[in-house]
This record gives sequence, structure tokens and C-alpha cells, in this order.
Amino acid sequence: MAVETKTIAAAPGDTEMLISGSEACAEALALADIDVVTAYPIRPYDTVMQAIAKKIANGKLVAEYIVAEGEHSQFEIVKHASTVGARVFCGSSGVGWMYAMECLTVTPPLRVPMVAMVGNRALDDPGAFGVEHNDALVVRDLGWMLIWVDTAQEMLDTALLAYRIAEDRRVFLPIAISADGAFLTHSQALVQVPTKAKVDRFLPKYDRGDLQLHPDNPITVAPQANEDWVIEIRRQNNEAMTRAYTVIEEAYADFRKVFGRGPDNPWFEEYMTADAEVILMGMGTISLPLKVGIRNMRAQGKKVGLIRPRWFRPFPTEKMVAALSRASAIGVIDRDYSFGSPFGSGVVANEVRAALYNADKRPPLLSFIGGLGGREVTLEDVYKTADMCFAAATAGKSDLKTHWLGVRE
Amino acid sequence: MAHFTCEVVYRGIFQKNLASRICRGIVLSARKAGRWGIAFGRYGDSPQRNGIPAKDFAIVADSQEELEQNMARYEPQEVDVTICVDDTLSKGVESWAWYGLQPINRLTLPNGTLLMTSLQPAEDLLKDIHKKDAPYALTLLRAKASFSGLWVYREDHTEARILGALSRIKPDFLSLDAVCQAIEEAEWGSDLKVASARKAHERLETRLVNVTEGNPETPFSFEKPKWWEMREGVSIPAIPVGKPMEGGKGYVPERNPYFKKFTSRTMRPVIDFDKCVKCTLCWLQCPDSCFDVTPDDLYDANMDACCGCGVCEAVCPAKECITMVSEAAFDDNASQWEMWRKDKDTYRTWLTATVSDTAHVVRSHGFRFRGQYEQELRQDLDTGGIEITTGIPGENAAAKTA
Repeated sequence: MAVETKTIAAAPGDTEMLISGSEACAEALALADIDVVTAYPIRPYDTVMQAIAKKIANGKLVAEYIVAEGEHSQFEIVKHASTVGARVFCGSSGVGWMYAMECLTVTPPLRVPMVAMVGNRALDDPGAFGVEHNDALVVRDLGWMLIWVDTAQEMLDTALLAYRIAEDRRVFLPIAISADGAFLTHSQALVQVPTKAKVDRFLPKYDRGDLQLHPDNPITVAPQANEDWVIEIRRQNNEAMTRAYTVIEEAYADFRKVFGRGPDNPWFEEYMTADAEVILMGMGTISLPLKVGIRNMRAQGKKVGLIRPRWFRPFPTEKMVAALSRASAIGVIDRDYSFGSPFGSGVVANEVRAALYNADKRPPLLSFIGGLGGREVTLEDVYKTADMCFAAATAGKSDLKTHWLGVRE
Repeated sequence: MAHFTCEVVYRGIFQKNLASRICRGIVLSARKAGRWGIAFGRYGDSPQRNGIPAKDFAIVADSQEELEQNMARYEPQEVDVTICVDDTLSKGVESWAWYGLQPINRLTLPNGTLLMTSLQPAEDLLKDIHKKDAPYALTLLRAKASFSGLWVYREDHTEARILGALSRIKPDFLSLDAVCQAIEEAEWGSDLKVASARKAHERLETRLVNVTEGNPETPFSFEKPKWWEMREGVSIPAIPVGKPMEGGKGYVPERNPYFKKFTSRTMRPVIDFDKCVKCTLCWLQCPDSCFDVTPDDLYDANMDACCGCGVCEAVCPAKECITMVSEAAFDDNASQWEMWRKDKDTYRTWLTATVSDTAHVVRSHGFRFRGQYEQELRQDLDTGGIEITTGIPGENAAAKTA
């Protein structure tokens, strides 16, 4: 049974710390010895910039820390720093991420391997702090690699992996690590922090090679182009994203070797899926009520499992289809919305539907939207979704609509 | 299989780091026995705001799986111990995170513990603490509301004393030795703080509270509208214009009936109506429009709306007309003007007694008592604290890696 144990044995030399997801990110950044970081406050991402500032102030990290006058500049500055060979970090949340939108679109075609942290936050209006995934998902079509993490430990590990993957010359694309605001960014959990020596073995130096802006390597980056050039550039980007599949697999394999932990399957976490009739899906910290609910339902003999996607871009189509095809019904809970989309579903549900379209076995798929704006997804919600999925499995078909969870009706 | 859940109810910004230290201390102490834990704040709170009540939580459990089981609810629905680090919160809590007034003991489990730092007798506190439908223990640690944890604040050992107290209340989860070890290792730890924890462990006062005791008042509540009942376009109706108080005279503004804000208050203005010169400044400058204009053109601070900021006292030109007094001195939100109108002699007697009680009128800007160290630390020394040394952020800071 694909049960991932979350109990981490401390490896020799590791330090155990009680830190939040944001602080875990900062630990990884110090271990990765980043060169340039830009900051502009917005909750919940600001907890990362505070943690990095503290590291620099305490002499634990030497890096340029530039407080920008807004997110647009914030992302523009690190983009430029990366082109001259600096390892960079940036981040934001919600509408702050949106304010950087122009820079976010130009980063992937310039092949800038920036690592960003998105503290997921509901987009205004209304002004709210709670989690929704629409902020990070906005860049899903642009060449950003997107990953959702679930725990502070996974945040630390993923940040190290992200530099390794993004800075691989075969890829050279930016990565946004999404962390649910509150549940992950602001909760302090016990985290195993590896030694610098291990990280150095895992993470090579950033080498931009012939793409480095330097007087000894005179190049122009981002010249204006007409219709004679653009589609070829898009084709290059697509190739880089395609190559990322291999690079990600390699990076996780190396990570397991060096650090003695990490998932066998980089793409998604499977929890009690081996014999599951119903598979529930959701990204990020929604896994907590889902896992607890699944354990409780298992105690009643209901065969339910969880797939928690990590990588959303690149999307692990074949592996996801193979895992889902084993189920009799699938329930996808989106912590996002896509108004006017097919069936009114969220982004993840429709991506999964698209992935399954040519599959030999297409289990009924029910679409749910829940947890918006940080609303709690309760165990009752989980039981309800599972029961509806069991009914769909018996009927052998989906109901082709989207069910909202936890709304005051 | 066992777990332990604890909440810390504190006042925004001044006690934010204090609450965080307590919750971290709980997890790190429990870790000494190999347990797992998590510490987190109620995210919907706005703990950066001056005086706003807010909550932190700590959950520890024997295994990671059991910890998850208890984290499945975003906010714990019941806690073994409620820790309250400002006794004026005994009147209830209305935060940014929810609507309505929540009794301080709302989440405390039957036969659980409400642990408060206070100098008030338990009987006085029980006039404020709401009745509960199950018995619980009211445990008092003799101390004033601490500012400890504010960045430039002198350490007053409150976090260490609370942890020492917890090791008495829940020794099976937090042994005194484990607590002391965790304090020793903390960034803010020191040998003196370990000694404070040990003293607090010995000096708790506990009183069982039965179901008949406490404030019988029903806390105000608010039912949230359904999605189709709400206005579209993220819009809300404005508060209507107010109306005369009586007989076409005076003015009472309409107020939000669902969000009253008074639990942010640690002091309230006490008004000597005989000294009022009717200049209107308190009414004009109050950021919360809390003054009602009376038919005789006086200004009565409405205690459902007052946050206790003290601006009225600061702008009042009349000598000793407005005096800010600790909230601990009051048991209700009744109108002072009504009391004055009804019986001026009784009012004067009450007023004189209230504003001349130095325990309640020595205060600082916006938040509680000025000169608390000079006056109170000595008292703390006698009742369980120990001599305070400087130390920012902690005497052990140089040796720490965090």
C-alpha cells in the first residue's frame, strides 16, 4: 500500500528545529547560499522575507537584500540579477503576485531559473488573508514550473530541489513553490534541517554558461522580435518544460541518496491508494483533513485514498492517469475557481479531466470547490465528497457539475 | 495514545511574542519526552493591532498520526488548558477572527483549566468570567498583564512562569525538568528564568469553579448571512445616521450591532460630568465615535463601543474631567451619565473612589499601567517572581543558532 510515512528519522548531523513553513523556506535559502533576494511585504509571504532578513542580520547568510518599491520591481530586479549569474529568490502572495505580472511573464522566455515562493492568498476583492490557489495558478500557461507543498519539511526540501531543477541547463525555467497561507506559512512544526555539507553535495553552483550577461560574454537579452522569430522561441520553452520531466526525476533520486529522505514519486503523494475504490484529490495542506478523514473512513471499511499533486507544471500526465485509472471514482477538491469553465469546475479538476480524456479507463470524476479564502475544509466535507464518489462509482458515471463545499447556503 | 491542546489568549502586538514563546515552549518541552507538536496562531486574528484579543495554540501528541488527528480541525474546538495572559480578557473575547463575544473559558474542556495571570482575587474575576455548563479549575499565577515579548521590552519571566505552571497542571505531558530544559535552551532562556519556572510551579493558586458560578450574562452573538442573502459586489450598507437621545435632544449614533470592539479595552474613561466644559473635543476626536451626546449637551462614553485608547483624556482641556481607569475596576458596561443623572451624590462617591484608586489609574499610553516595573515587580518578587535582569532578546542569545 502506498502509504508515505511522515515520520522523519533525523539523519546524522541534521538539526531539528521548531519552525514555520516560511522559516523552513529561509533555512533552505541560507543552505543554498542565495546571492540576491528582493522583498516587498504582503501577508503571508512576508514571513519569508522577515526570516531571510533575520538570517542576514544574524550573519547566517551573506546576500544582497533589496527592498523594492513594489512587486513589479521586486521580480524585475531578481530577473536581472539571475542573468548575471546570481542565485536569486523572490516571493509574494495574492494581488502582490498579480502586481508583478509583467515580470512573471517575461521571466520564463529569458530562461531565468528564479525560485519564488508564493504564500497562497485569496485575490482581492474582498481584501482577505486566507488561502486560495488562484494567485499561483495564474502563471500556469507561461513557462513557470509550479509545485504545491504540504509541510514545513517539504517546503525546506522542495526549495533545495527547486534550485537544482531550475538551474539545470536543460531546463532554465523559473519555479514557484506554493505554500498555503496560514496552514503552512504560519504554523510551526518540527523540521529536520540538513547540514551545509550535504546541501553542497546535492546542489551544484549556478552556471549560466553562454547565457551569462558579462563583458567577457557580450550578449543581448530580450531583443524585440517579429513573427519570424516568436513561435520558435515558444517551441524552445516547450522543449525546456518537456526536458524538466527527466530533470525532476533525477533531482529527486539524488536528493534521496544525499539526504536519506524524500518521496520516490516526485509528482504526487499517494496515500492509501493501492486498494482504493475512491480517490480524493487536493493540493497543499488540504491533505490534512483528507488524510484524517480517510483514516476514519478506512476504520469503517470504506476504501478511500488520496492523491495530493505536488507538481502542477509540468503536469505528470501519464503517471497521474495510471494512478487514477485504478479507482472506481475520483473526487477533485479545488481550492481555486475558474468562473465559466467547463462544468464550472476548478482548474485542477479540468486538468485531470483533460489528462484522462484519452485514457483507456476513465473513472467517473466529481468536481468540488472548497476551502476558498481559508475556509476550513471539515471532516464532514470530506465524508460527504467520499460518499458522493462512492455513489458515482456505483452508478458508473459522473454528474457533470461542480459542488461547492462549506458555503452558507 | 494521548494528546494535549492548549490555547493562549493574548492582546494584540504587546503580547504577540509572549504567546508565541509560550506555545513554542510547550512543544519543545513535550519534545523532550519524544512527543510531536505544532504551534500556530489563529490566522484570522489581527495580532498586530493594539490590544485586539488574539489566540495562539499548541498541540502535542504521542505520535505524528495522532497529532494530525487533532490538527484536522483548523482551530481546536476544545482545549485542556486555556491560558489568559491579561485578566481584563476575563470579560470575554471578540477578535478579528470571529463575530460575537466568546467567553474566555469557551474552549476549556470540562474539568480543564483556565490559567490566568492576575492580581485580582478569583471571586472578582468570576464576576467577569462567563458561566460554563461544566466545572473547571481557575488557576491563578500572581502577575500583572505582561508586555514581555515586545521587541524592546525587559524580560519579566512570564513565559517561563507560565511553562512552570503548566508542568504542575499537566505533569504527564510537561514535566518540570523538561520545561526547565526547554527554557534553558531557548533563545530567550536563562538560569534565572528556570528558577522562575520552578517557583511558579510551586506557587499556583487553584480554585474549582462549579456550573453555578460566573457571569450569568448571555454573550452577544451574530448569525452570518447565507451567500444569497449578502449584497453583491463586495458591498455592505453604511451605518445609518443616528438619532436624538430623548425628547428631540442629544445625539446617539447608530453603531454596528455585530462588532462591538469593547474587549480590546484595558482601560476606560471615567468622566466627572461636573467638570465638563462641553468643548466637544472628546466627541470629535474619539476614533470610534463612542460618545453619546446627552440632552444636556454632556458626552457619555458608550462602553459597548469604547476601545479604551485614551484619546479623550488626552484632548480634554478640563482638569481631572476624564480619567482613564483599568478595566479590572468595572463589572459592566453601564452608562456613567445615567448613574450621574440618577443620583449625583452616589456618583461623586463612586467617582472619587474609582479615580483615586492608584492600583487602577497608574497607566501608560493606550495600554495599561505606566510605572509597572517600579511598582509591580517588587510585588512579583514577593509573590513568586525573581529579580529581573536585562536581556534582549535573551541572555543566551549569543549561544543560539535560531
